[in-house]
Amino acid sequence: MSTDTAIEARHVVKAFGQGDGAVRALDDVSVEIRKGEFFTLLGPSGCGKTTLLRLIAGFEMPTDGTILLDGADITYLPPNQRPVNTVFQSYALFPHLTVAQNIAFGLQMLGKPAAEVKARTEKMIALVQLDAMAGRKTSQLSGGQQQRVALARALAPQPKVLLLDEPLSALDYKLRKEMQIELKRLQLETGITFVFVTHDQEEALTMSDRVGVMSSGKLQQVGSPREIYTAPRNRFVASFIGETNFLPATVVPGGVRLGCGAMVEMSGLAGSGPTTLTIRPEQVRLADAAEPGAIAAQVSNLVYFGTDTHCYLSLADGAEVIARLQSPSNGEVGLQKGQSVALRFVPGAAQVLAD
Amino acid sequence: MSAAEDSRDKASVRSAWLLSAPAIFVLTFAACGPLLIMLVYSFLTKGQYGNVEGVFSLEGWRSILYSEDIFDPGVFVWADAHLTIFWRSVKLSILTTLLTLLIGFPTAWFIATRPPKSRPLWLFLITIPFWTNLLIRTVAIFEVIRNEGVINTVLLWSGLITVPFQITYTDTAVFIGMAYVFLPLMVLPLFAAIDRFDMRLIEAAYDLYASRFAVLRRVILPIVRPGVIAGSILVFVPSLGAVVTPRILGGGKNMMIGNFIELQFGQGRNWPLGAALSMTLLVIVTVALLVYVRAANRETSHG
Repeated sequence: MSTDTAIEARHVVKAFGQGDGAVRALDDVSVEIRKGEFFTLLGPSGCGKTTLLRLIAGFEMPTDGTILLDGADITYLPPNQRPVNTVFQSYALFPHLTVAQNIAFGLQMLGKPAAEVKARTEKMIALVQLDAMAGRKTSQLSGGQQQRVALARALAPQPKVLLLDEPLSALDYKLRKEMQIELKRLQLETGITFVFVTHDQEEALTMSDRVGVMSSGKLQQVGSPREIYTAPRNRFVASFIGETNFLPATVVPGGVRLGCGAMVEMSGLAGSGPTTLTIRPEQVRLADAAEPGAIAAQVSNLVYFGTDTHCYLSLADGAEVIARLQSPSNGEVGLQKGQSVALRFVPGAAQVLAD
Repeated sequence: MSAAEDSRDKASVRSAWLLSAPAIFVLTFAACGPLLIMLVYSFLTKGQYGNVEGVFSLEGWRSILYSEDIFDPGVFVWADAHLTIFWRSVKLSILTTLLTLLIGFPTAWFIATRPPKSRPLWLFLITIPFWTNLLIRTVAIFEVIRNEGVINTVLLWSGLITVPFQITYTDTAVFIGMAYVFLPLMVLPLFAAIDRFDMRLIEAAYDLYASRFAVLRRVILPIVRPGVIAGSILVFVPSLGAVVTPRILGGGKNMMIGNFIELQFGQGRNWPLGAALSMTLLVIVTVALLVYVRAANRETSHG
């Protein structure tokens, strides 16, 4: 472990229930989260991402494995002794307290002097721009404002790590976009390590320094949003992050051969035999049939999305490829259903998946 | 406003009165009426064999606090016995409220944290004592605490004591009995409040460095306070007016206000005093509740 690691999970297992009925919510998860980074745990519901967050917070104890904070073992430390705070999905604001009292709560519990509590609370209220609301009860606030109180409350005690459990899921689209920017700003201003849990891949890609993709209790891939998007390690990651095409293929010398017989040149492939080729829709282009590498196809459907148009193309073997074409200024891509065309993949964009 | 709207409004006012008529009837004849009669009686002269005579007198009110010296008519002394009864009633009622709160809170918490399926069963068990007559329940408690009762028999048999504890016919007996009888009245409103409590707030507080005690004092208690207030009122008020429990468990000498009032309307044959005592009890209850609710709310708003 390097010294710039904030949180480290080592071979963490969490099982709920006992015996044959036990469910492994986390199955041998190991991950290092660096100091000051915005780390996102991304995955569908039930993948174990919230369980991992709760283990870091101390609300649950792992069945096996170790959790370290700044190199110290905190696996069995209760939540009130961990310098880690949580922003809950439901916000869990104290309804009997005002905005300012909510934010001051953690500092008071830490036994900070009253003057310090007051100064720090005021600073946090200013940071989340709730100055006009300080004396209100939290039930009088809108969803977005409650969200800010929850953030300020968790940030006030200056935790080493801030855990965020799907904090934006209750907000409408526009507010969610605003809060994404707000969260990123707060993270940069405070320099605190953020561990963010979400099932929204767009949120994960736009906000994170690094993303950990989870599925069925296992960490599938950890990397920067760019790595995860452009070089998914397996089929799950490729399909969960963004849209993509999967094509059955066979590894042959110099590349892979698609089901329709077309050859896609690739280098550095090991082994041989059947595999899956993945290509993002925006990396599929229309081409002249005469161009090298061009694959014959037929337009089966066209869906207009505004900035771009999704073009559904059928290959000779019936496999379907979606191409995302930029819509011209008049919105017409100049294609008709049933039209015969040719497509090509942007060189280097296609990936062969391990499974 | 148009004429049609006007008549519609009148019709809705009329139906509103009709709908509230039963409630108004009950309030007038069952609550206000008897109270007014008691108020009038307290200012009349006592009759020879009970009842009252239609002559105005302050005797009933005077004798609450002062009694006339038997051998020296015209000399009034403090009615110590009356004040003792008042003090005992208030003290035992407060103690009963505190004890039921102390036992009732964990009980209600336990029920509220059971799986939703088994909760009705637990609530049902709490209400079972209500099925039995109060007299029988009180006699049952008497059986437990009397000198030859369960507690003393076990203690004597085990050799921990050689002489049985005298619990019956003491204030302690009345206190234990009332706490037992009124406990469900504390548990039910507490359960209602705790059931609505968002358990995630405990995690939030715990996450923000609160100790277990701080979670209870700073988060749980302030939020379930309405249940605590409701339960306390439901226990305190009937405790203060209790008749059956103090008579059976306290014997003749450990009277509470209720017994004393009953005495005036019975053997005492002093209806004006009984009526004045009833009014006094009403005032004590009202003042006590106002003070309590005020204090409880002040604490809430201060967080």
